Amino acid sequence: MIEGDPLSSVLHIDLSRRRFCVVNREQLFENHIGGAGVAINLLKEECPKGANPLGPENPMVFAVGPLTGIFPIASKTVAMFKSPHTGNLGESHAGGRSAVAIRMAGYGAIVVKGASSTPVYLVIQRGGVEFRDASALWGMTSVTAGRAIREEEPSAGNRTIMRIGRAGEKIVSYSCVVTETYRHFGRLGLGAVFGSKKLKAIMIAGKRSLKVKDAIQYRKTYQEIFQSLIESLAMKKYHELGTAMNIHSLNELGALPTRNLEAARFELAEEISGERFAEKYLGRRIACAHCPVSCIHLATLREPYEHEKYFYKSRAICYDYEPIYAIGAMTGISSINRLLKLLEEIELLGLDAISAGVALAWATEAQLTGLIHESDTAGLRLAWGEHDTYARALRFLVEQPTDFYRALARGVDHASSIYGGEDFALAFGGNEMPGYHTGPAAYASYMTGMRHSHLDSAGYSLDQKSCLSGKMQSAEELADDLLSEESWRQILSSLVICYFGREIYSTKVVLSTLRLVGYEFASDDLLTIGKETLAAKHEFKKREGFDFKKLRIPKRVLEIASPTGQISADYISDIVDSYYSKI
Amino acid sequence: MPADSQAAPTFGKRLFVIDSELCVGCQCCMFACSRRFGEAGLAKSAIHVRSAGGVERGFVVIVCRGCEDPPCERVCPTDALQRRVNGGGVFLNMDKCIGCGNCVEACTIGAVFWDEEMHKPTICVHCGLCVGFCPYHVLELRQVQRGQQ
Repeated sequence: MIEGDPLSSVLHIDLSRRRFCVVNREQLFENHIGGAGVAINLLKEECPKGANPLGPENPMVFAVGPLTGIFPIASKTVAMFKSPHTGNLGESHAGGRSAVAIRMAGYGAIVVKGASSTPVYLVIQRGGVEFRDASALWGMTSVTAGRAIREEEPSAGNRTIMRIGRAGEKIVSYSCVVTETYRHFGRLGLGAVFGSKKLKAIMIAGKRSLKVKDAIQYRKTYQEIFQSLIESLAMKKYHELGTAMNIHSLNELGALPTRNLEAARFELAEEISGERFAEKYLGRRIACAHCPVSCIHLATLREPYEHEKYFYKSRAICYDYEPIYAIGAMTGISSINRLLKLLEEIELLGLDAISAGVALAWATEAQLTGLIHESDTAGLRLAWGEHDTYARALRFLVEQPTDFYRALARGVDHASSIYGGEDFALAFGGNEMPGYHTGPAAYASYMTGMRHSHLDSAGYSLDQKSCLSGKMQSAEELADDLLSEESWRQILSSLVICYFGREIYSTKVVLSTLRLVGYEFASDDLLTIGKETLAAKHEFKKREGFDFKKLRIPKRVLEIASPTGQISADYISDIVDSYYSKI
Repeated sequence: MPADSQAAPTFGKRLFVIDSELCVGCQCCMFACSRRFGEAGLAKSAIHVRSAGGVERGFVVIVCRGCEDPPCERVCPTDALQRRVNGGGVFLNMDKCIGCGNCVEACTIGAVFWDEEMHKPTICVHCGLCVGFCPYHVLELRQVQRGQQ
C-alpha cells in the first residue's frame, strides 16, 4: 500500500468504557487487502471463542478497501460479527455512503466492542469518536432516528448514518442496520447486535485527499472503468429496471418461490414485476457514493388520509428483487400498493426483508395447516395475500406479545423446531432462503456459501446455465465452480467492489487498480488471498460450532419442480460434501 | 436566455446546474473535481452534492455561480481572490491567501469550500472536468454573456 495511506488505521471503540483508540495495522492490510479479508482476521482476533452474539464480547467489524474513494463502485462496507441468527459467522455488506465516509474519516476498519448501559449513538470523525446520548432516539423508527441525527449533526453530504429501528432494539435475530434510509446491512442480524449494545446509530463523516502512485495513469484507468460502468450492457439491468426486472424472468423460468414455495410460479407475478413498478410507481433513482450506476429504485406511494379530505401522504419506498419476492410472491400479495406498505413497515421497523417475508410465509402455512392457532398469533388469521394482517404480524414479530412471536423472532428454523413444520421451513444453515428456486446448484450454494446467501457463489446462475445447455454437470464440477466463484468474490469484497460491477472489475482491471494504490500483486496472489479469506471464514464458522453435516434440506424444495427438473436431495448433498472436502 | 443576448459578445465559460432533479447523488462530480490535482478522495472538491433533507427528497448540487461582483472577492483581506477576466467568478492566488475563511462565510450559496488539509478555500475554476463525469447531464459548461446570471 502507499506509505501514509490512512487505510491502515483501525479504530477500536469500547462502548462499555466509552473509550477509543487507533491502531496502525499496515501488515494486516498488506496481506489481506481490506474489506472481507481484513474483517475476518479482525473478527478472529476480537471475538472470543463461544462468545454470546448478544453479549458485550461480540465485536462488530466494519471494513473498507484500498480502492474506496479512489476508484468507482468500491463503495461497499463489509460488516462482520458473530451472528445472533445463525450462531456463527455474521457477514453483511452495505453501500450507501458508508464506505466512502469511513475512508474519508481516515480509517480502513472500525471495531466496536462492549455494550453501553444506556442508549447511545456514535459520531466518528477525523478527530476520533464522540459518544452521544440516544435516550430520546430509543424506540424511534429507523427513518425518524436517521432524520433526528441528520438535523443534529454536521457534514451533510460527507457522512453515513447507520441506525436501527425497533426490531434491533427488541433483538429480533434478523433485524437489520439501515444506512442512508434505503441501503442495509440486511442479513444475519447486525441490527440485534446494535440493539444488544444499546447502540442506536453510528454517524461517520469526513473529507480528505488520498494519494495514488501515478497521477496520469490513474486518471486514464479511472476514465476507462468509469466509461465501461456507464456503457456496459452488464450494468444495464441494474441501471434501468433494477433488480426487480428478475421478477418477470424468474417467474417465466418457474423459479420464483411463491406462497412459501407451494409453487414456483406466481400467477399474478406480472402485477408486481419490475416493469409494472417502473411504469406506475418509480419516483426517483439514486446511487451509492462514488457509483454512477444508480441502481437504487424508489417508488412513490401517494395515499389519501381517511379522515381529512385533500390531505395526502406521499413517501418514497425502495424496492428490489429480493424484497418483492419475499414480501410479494412468498405471501401471495399481488398489489404493488399493498406490497409497498409492507416494505415500508419493514423499513421502519428495521427487519431483514428476506427473512421477514419467509417467516410470514412459514407462519401462514403453519396456521393454515393447524400447527399454530389464534392464541399463538395474538388473534391474527394469517392468509395468503392478506396484507393488513401481515402488517400487524410484522409489528407483533417485533413487539413479541406471545411465545409464538418470540420464537418466530429467531427465524423459521427455530420456530419450526418448537411448533413443527420443518419440512416447509425454508432456511439453510439457519438463514431464510433467497428467491431463486432454480435448481440444485442454488440450494447447494445456500448451504455452502459462508453467508448462506445467493450472493456468496451465485449457484442460481449455474442452474440457469445448465438449463440453457440442457446438460447437467457432475456434483464435483458444480462444487468446483461454486468454490472458485466464492473464492474470487472474496477478492471483490476485500476490495469492497459492488458485485453488480463484477464483470467490469476483471482480474486484469483489479490488478491495474491495485498497482495504482501501491499493491504489486500477480493474479496468482489474488487467487491465494481469495482462498485464504474463504478458508478463514470457514474456520471461524467451525470454531463457533458450524458443522456442514448438520445442514438440513427442507422437503418442500424437493417436492416442487425447478427449471432443471425435480431436485434430488442426494445430488445437493454430493455437491455440498464435495465443496467442504475441498475448502 | 433573452433573444437580444444573441448579439452580446461572449464572456467565457461557466458551469451550470441544468436540473438537480436528475441528480442521483453519486458524487462522481466531486471525485472528478478532486482529481484535477492528481489526487483521489474529496478534500479538494469545489462542487458539493448533498441530500435535500434525506435522499428521498433528491439532491442539492452546489457550484460556484461565477458572480460578476463576487462577495468572496470583496471580503478577501489580501487580494488573494481576483476576478476572472472571462466568465465571472474568481481565481485564487494561493501564495497570497492567509486562510482566514472570510470568503467561505461571504458566499451566500455556500459554494466556497474549505480544504481542511491545506487550510485554504477551494474555488471553482469552471474547467468543466466534472461535467464529463456526470452521466445524468445535471451539469453543463456554457458560454455566457456579460450580465447573464
